[in-house]
Amino acid sequence: MNEPNKEYLELVRREMPRSKHLKTMFRAFWVGGAICCLGQAISDLYTLWLSDSDPDRIQTLTTLTLIALSAILTGFGVYDKIGAYGGAGSIVPITGFANSVVSPAIEHKREGVILGLCTNIFSVAGPVIVFGISSSIVVGLIVLIFKGAFQG
Amino acid sequence: MNGWLDYLFVFLTGGTVCMLGQILMNTTKMTPARILVGFLLLGVVLETVGVFDEIKAFGKAGATVPIMGFGSGLAKGAIEGALENGLIGAITGGTEAVAAGIAGVIFIAFVVGLIATPKSK
Repeated sequence: MNEPNKEYLELVRREMPRSKHLKTMFRAFWVGGAICCLGQAISDLYTLWLSDSDPDRIQTLTTLTLIALSAILTGFGVYDKIGAYGGAGSIVPITGFANSVVSPAIEHKREGVILGLCTNIFSVAGPVIVFGISSSIVVGLIVLIFKGAFQG
Repeated sequence: MNGWLDYLFVFLTGGTVCMLGQILMNTTKMTPARILVGFLLLGVVLETVGVFDEIKAFGKAGATVPIMGFGSGLAKGAIEGALENGLIGAITGGTEAVAAGIAGVIFIAFVVGLIATPKSK
């Protein structure tokens, strides 16, 4: 009676990490893909409504809309649930960035508006701003040095 | 307006990027902040070497909605700024390009933070 049980447990032990790995990958794939499709739909709607042909402006508006949506969902505690299911699928899109700003803002609110909310607003996403702005300046300086290569 | 096939490409591109992030998380135990920084820098590099536009032409929002789209915007702004305004442009161009996103996220986080109630633990 004990033998098949032992074999089964051995099988579970061997298979579980891999199947868990595949499951999280699948979830990240479809959640991330779905958020990107939502972004595309918002972008298409703005293009339709605003008769604005500047793709940069449409993209900025789309980004702002996704940030606002994510912030509101985070406020209601819904984005955390999407995050628990979707893993990286909810972190990598811009909505995950917004969530990483809004979430600590809410959590630290009890320590006060200035010292809690405001000081912790970039406690998770701060590195993104630091690396983002710093790397853009490095790129700008590289362009200045090798100007010829970038002038199309 | 895009057809269903375009949405399939958006889904596949965005899904693949996020799945790569999940593989990184599963295999290296990287925290969300590191994942975000990693994909942001990937976007900066892809834009600088000129590959990002090709991914964007294929995947549209599948390329721009992930945080690497933010990185691409930073790099694109810095390149344009440097070419148009020299040193000042090189410094301000990137930040100018993503100013709306940064300002927006700060403002909405402040407002939502004021209104929302923290989870009781």
